[in-house]
Amino acid sequence: MTETARADAGQVAWGATAVCVRYGRTVALADVSLSVPAGQVTAVVGGDGAGKSTLLRCLAGALAPDSGEITRPPKERTGYLPASSGIYPDLTVSENLDFRAQGYGMSRRVAMDRAAEYLDRAGLTQATDRLAGQLSGGMRQKLAVIAAMLHQPELIVLDEPTTGVDPVSRSGLWWLIASAAAEGCAVVLATTYLDEAERCASVLALDAGRALAAGTAEEIVAAMPGSLHAVARRPDGDAAAKAWRRAGRWRVWDPDRTADGDGDGDGRIQPDLADAVTVAALAREILAGQVHGGTS
Amino acid sequence: MWAMIVKEFRQVRRDRRTLAMMIVMPVLLLVVLGYAASFDVKTISVAVSGPQAQLLAHRLPSPFEVKTIAPGQSASWARNELRDGKAEMAVVTGSSRPQVLIDGSQLFSAKAALAALAGLAQRGTPLPVTPKVTVLYNPGLKTSVIMIPGLCGVVLVFVGTIITSLGVVRERQSGTLEQLAVMPLKPRDVFLGKIVPYFLVAAVDLAIVLTVGIAVFGVPFRGNLAVFGLGALLFLFVTLGIGVLISSVSQNQGQAIQLAVMTLLPQVLLSGLIFPLASIAAGVRWIAYFLPLTYFNEISRGVMLRAEPISALWQPFIFLALLGAIVVTGATLRFRGYLAPAAHERGPHRPSVEPSPAQA
Repeated sequence: MTETARADAGQVAWGATAVCVRYGRTVALADVSLSVPAGQVTAVVGGDGAGKSTLLRCLAGALAPDSGEITRPPKERTGYLPASSGIYPDLTVSENLDFRAQGYGMSRRVAMDRAAEYLDRAGLTQATDRLAGQLSGGMRQKLAVIAAMLHQPELIVLDEPTTGVDPVSRSGLWWLIASAAAEGCAVVLATTYLDEAERCASVLALDAGRALAAGTAEEIVAAMPGSLHAVARRPDGDAAAKAWRRAGRWRVWDPDRTADGDGDGDGRIQPDLADAVTVAALAREILAGQVHGGTS
Repeated sequence: MWAMIVKEFRQVRRDRRTLAMMIVMPVLLLVVLGYAASFDVKTISVAVSGPQAQLLAHRLPSPFEVKTIAPGQSASWARNELRDGKAEMAVVTGSSRPQVLIDGSQLFSAKAALAALAGLAQRGTPLPVTPKVTVLYNPGLKTSVIMIPGLCGVVLVFVGTIITSLGVVRERQSGTLEQLAVMPLKPRDVFLGKIVPYFLVAAVDLAIVLTVGIAVFGVPFRGNLAVFGLGALLFLFVTLGIGVLISSVSQNQGQAIQLAVMTLLPQVLLSGLIFPLASIAAGVRWIAYFLPLTYFNEISRGVMLRAEPISALWQPFIFLALLGAIVVTGATLRFRGYLAPAAHERGPHRPSVEPSPAQA
């Protein structure tokens, strides 16, 4: 990336527009759009099979959509961490980075300096001669993120970089990710952790290949219809279909009452991103039930 | 234990390829190899030269089958006929005692020819005097002399096909192939980068086998090293391509090994390495002509034992080159599909990679 490009980084974005992907009869992505601005971290959240990896593979150039448009930098200026980490277990840490640097046409000296800096920041300096297959899960993920950002791409695509990683390593990974964004890189990552997504500048929530909610975490929370209550026991009747367990209590969504306060004696609570996304999924289920003639 | 048995059956049932190999392959191999497994030599091709060539050619009984009669030619012509693989035995007439030359590199034909000549000598026909018999190229009729050149090919098949197929499928299994797909590498570069190390390893293996064969087993190397090298190069080209093809249709290393062994076994048994090609039943002999080792055997034995020049080996060279072109083209196309799976499966849709990004 040139200095000029970096200077303009704040105004530009890569992304997907009305992207559709099918695997046979299965719809993996249906009309999904996402903007990934430079200098920010964008999160794609959703459960298993929501379409997060498919969208990220499209953004990284590993998969072509059936329709819609993907706008991304050329391969030379894109970094990708696939769900499988893309690291060779039978190469050492430094050999993995050396291969990646050569693959992206980096000069040996620049690559070595940058690798040393990133490894130092990530606390992996002592592990440079260890086989990647012998690293702990967190160390391997940190190595994979370093490998994806080593050539200082304009767009970094990270597929669940923190899944299965301990809290300390997660913190280290987030430091690396935030550093890349601070340097002007557009970062998009998939995660199942909504507390991580709340840290990101914008969030796209996917459900069964469709966009469920999009915007900043605050915008998604603010757009949540109805109100949320915390109760000790699972409610009966229709309300049971709108209740889920969280932090030892039951969250109950009431679509007909508006959230007009910070909470009061009836257990009304202020929702967070996790609540808002869950409510959006419930609302979609209820709507689908009504469309198909059922009642929720 | 019952739970374990049920679990294994469920896994085997889902792995259709393994199941098919377990049930179909033994039967298929038994039938094919049953017809192939024969050391019996029914005919021995003969070239006859010298003034009495015509007369002698008509008197030579079975199993001798006269292919060429050249009354005007001498012993050197006869030697060239054997050297170039045009005949397994040559008879040179003209002197008081006919000279019989036998190609010792065709071990079973040579042994059959000696036995048939001994029978003729006992009966006294058609040669009134005992001919002077000379076994060329492998005078001691040693098995190792004819096996080592062929084993060079087996080593190349092993490294070229089995190891290469594992190397590529390992990349697929570990998920690093997707990483390669998004890196700015050309499929051709990835393909070549993947096979060149195996190529070099195979070349070193070949040199070791050759050295051991010559030093320990006394196998001669009479021909041109460059001709042999060119043959080995073409052969490796084919075997490495087969390795990549196998890896492209295998989901895991187990399947790759199974398929690689499937290509190795017929090559060892049907290529003329063990059983003479002429002895293999015609119903399965045609398979040999699709096997690269068949042609490499011809080249390696021809060059090493008989000093056969490239002009006489044009056929195996052409066939190897053809096989190589077909296999490597197929392998490259499959590999391209690997590295651009979406484009391969879906056609023209490609992500836009314009340098000007969309506005937020």
